[in-house]
Amino acid sequence: MAAKTLISVRGLTKTYQMGEVQVHALRGIDLDIREGEFIAIMGASGSGKTTFMNLLGCLDHPSSGSYSLDGVDVHSMDDAELTRVRNQKIGYVFQSFYLLPRTTALENVELPLLYSKKVLPKDRHAMALNALGAVGLDERAKHFPNQLSGGQQQRVAIARAIVNDPVFLLADEPTGNLDTRTSVEVMGFFQKFHAQGKTVVLVTHEFDISQYTERIITFRDGRIISDVANPNPRNAAEDLKKLPRLDDEPLEAS
Amino acid sequence: MSIIGIIRIALKSLTRNKTRTFLTMLGIIIGVAAVITMLAIGEGAKKVVDDQISSMGTNVIMVTSNFTNTQNTARQAAGSGNTLEEEDVDAIRNSVDGVLFTSPVYNTFGQLKYGNSNWRGRVMGVDVDYFQIRDLSMESGDTFYASDVESGTKVCVIGKTVADNLFAGIDPVGKVIRIRNIPFTVRGVLRSKGASASGMDQDDIVLAPFTTTSTRLMGHRWRFLTIFVSAESKERIPLVQEDILNLLQNRHRGTTADDFSVSSQTDIAEAASTVSDTMTILLASIAGISLLVGGIGIMNIMLVSVTERIKEIGIRMAVGAGKRDVLLQFIIEAVTISIFGGLIGILLGVTAAELLGKYMEWSINITAWSVFLSVGFSMLIGIFFGWYPARKAANLNLIDALRYE
Repeated sequence: MAAKTLISVRGLTKTYQMGEVQVHALRGIDLDIREGEFIAIMGASGSGKTTFMNLLGCLDHPSSGSYSLDGVDVHSMDDAELTRVRNQKIGYVFQSFYLLPRTTALENVELPLLYSKKVLPKDRHAMALNALGAVGLDERAKHFPNQLSGGQQQRVAIARAIVNDPVFLLADEPTGNLDTRTSVEVMGFFQKFHAQGKTVVLVTHEFDISQYTERIITFRDGRIISDVANPNPRNAAEDLKKLPRLDDEPLEAS
Repeated sequence: MSIIGIIRIALKSLTRNKTRTFLTMLGIIIGVAAVITMLAIGEGAKKVVDDQISSMGTNVIMVTSNFTNTQNTARQAAGSGNTLEEEDVDAIRNSVDGVLFTSPVYNTFGQLKYGNSNWRGRVMGVDVDYFQIRDLSMESGDTFYASDVESGTKVCVIGKTVADNLFAGIDPVGKVIRIRNIPFTVRGVLRSKGASASGMDQDDIVLAPFTTTSTRLMGHRWRFLTIFVSAESKERIPLVQEDILNLLQNRHRGTTADDFSVSSQTDIAEAASTVSDTMTILLASIAGISLLVGGIGIMNIMLVSVTERIKEIGIRMAVGAGKRDVLLQFIIEAVTISIFGGLIGILLGVTAAELLGKYMEWSINITAWSVFLSVGFSMLIGIFFGWYPARKAANLNLIDALRYE
C-alpha cells in the first residue's frame, strides 16, 4: 500500500486525576493510519480506547506524546485551530447520536456547515440534503429526532459527519444503541463511504462489528496489544439481505 | 463565523424552544409590568397630593390662633381663645420684609338662600389680597375690590359647588343671595379648585369683604381670625415665617407664650410628601419583590435548561463551533428575550396602569425612570443568567460537556 500516512501518533499518553488517584488511561501509543484505511479499535471498557478516540478526534488534549494529522502537529495547535480541525477534517459519529432536539434532520446536518467559513450560506441546504440522500434519508429531512427511529437518528448523525467532506470519519460505538439489523445497516454506510475513499476509524467492543473493517487494533490497560489486518471483511450489504425484516420495522414508521 | 450567522442561530434556537423562551420572557414581563404599574400608582398619588398643595396658592404662610390653650385642662368654646387681631394683619403688612400680600380670614358657616334653593356653606370674610394669595381666578363675573372692603359693601363671590346648588342652570352673576338672611349681591363665580390636601371641597365657599362679614354676619369684634400671607418667593418663606413669629411674639407679649402658630405651605407639603413617599416606597417594594421573583423565574428556567444546553454546547463545539460562537449565541438569545420581554412588560404595565386610572379612577403617573429601572434590572438578570451557564459550559472540557447528564 502506497497511500500516504494520514495519522501518526507517537508515545501518546493520557493521565486523569481522579481525586488522589492518578488514572493512566493511555500509557504510550504508537500508531500510523494511512489514508483510506477502515479500522476498528477494540477493547474492554477501561482499556483506553475511548480516550484514544477523543484524542484522535481533537476533542481532548493528550498528557504527552505527539499526534500529527494530515501532516500537521495537533499538539501545538491553539483552541481556535483545533476548532477548525474538528470542523473541517473530522466527522464524528457518537454512540448516543448527539442530535440537537427539536431541530429537523436537515438542520442537524447543516450544523457543521454553519460554523464553516468555507461554505457559502446558499450552498448549505443543497449540501445537507445531498448528505442526507447519501444515507437514504432525504425524505425525512423535515423530521425531528424524536420522530425518527434510533437507526434513522444514527444515519442523520452519519450524514452530519460527512457533510463537510472531512478527511476521516471517527465513530465511537456507533452501533452501541442499535439492534443487530440496524447495526449492520449502519456498518453498510461506513463501508460505502470507505469504498468512496474515506478513512474510517471506529471504536467498538463488539467482535461482530469489527469484522466489517479491514484492520483491527486491540487495546488493553492503555496499550495496544494487537494490531492485525482483516483481509476478508464481511460485506454489510449482503448480510443485510440475509437478515429477516421485522414487521414492526421502525425504519418504515413515520 | 459571522455575527449575522450567530444571530440567525440564536433566533432559531429561541423559536425552537418556544415554551422555554416564553417562560423566561414571562419572568421579565411580569417584573417589568409590576414595577411600572406600581410606581405609576405611587407617583400618581404623589402628584395628586402635590397638586392639592400647590392649589393652596403661592408661597402661602398661615398664622392661626391656638384657640385651645394647652395649659388649660378645660376646652374652651371655639373662638373664645382667639388671640389674633386685625391690627396684627396691618403690622405684618407694614413691617415684615418679603411679604407680598396679606389678608385676614374670618371663617363661619351660614345658611345660603336663593329663591327656593337652600345650601349650608362656608362663608369667609377676606381682604382683596386673598385672591392673589390663593391664586383664585374667576370663572365668570367679577371679584370685589378694595373700595368694597373699605365701605363694607354687601357683595360676594361664590365657589362652583355653591353656584351649582343654588343656581341650577341660572347665571348667578348679579343675582342676590341671602346669607343668614342678609342679602348679598353675587359679583362672580370662582374657577374650580377641587379638593384640598385635607380633602375639603375648595369650591364650597362664599367669599365676602371681611369688613362686611364682621359687621353684618358675625357681629362686632368677631375674633376668630386666621391671617393668610404670601411671601415674595419660595426661598424667602422661612425668613418671613421667622419675622412674623418675632413680630407677633413682641406684639403679644404678656399673653401665654404660644397663643398662635405660623405654618407655611412648605411645612404642609413636607408633611404630605412624607406620607406619599412612604406609600411610593411601599408600592416600590412590592414591585421590587415582583421583579425579584421574576428574576428568580428567569434564573430557574435558565438553570433547569442548562443540562440540555450543556449537551447542546458540547455538540456544537464538537462539530466546529468555537467558544466565542457559543457564548455570542447565548448572549444574543438572552438579549433578545430580555428586549422582547421588556417591551411586552412595558406595554402590559402601561396598559394596566391606564386601565386602573380609567376604571378605578385612580390617579396614575407613568414615569420614565420606573420604565428604565425595571427594564434595566430585568435585562441585567436575563443577560447574566443567559450568559453565565453558557460561559460555564463553554469552559468545560468538550468531552465533559458532551457526556454531561
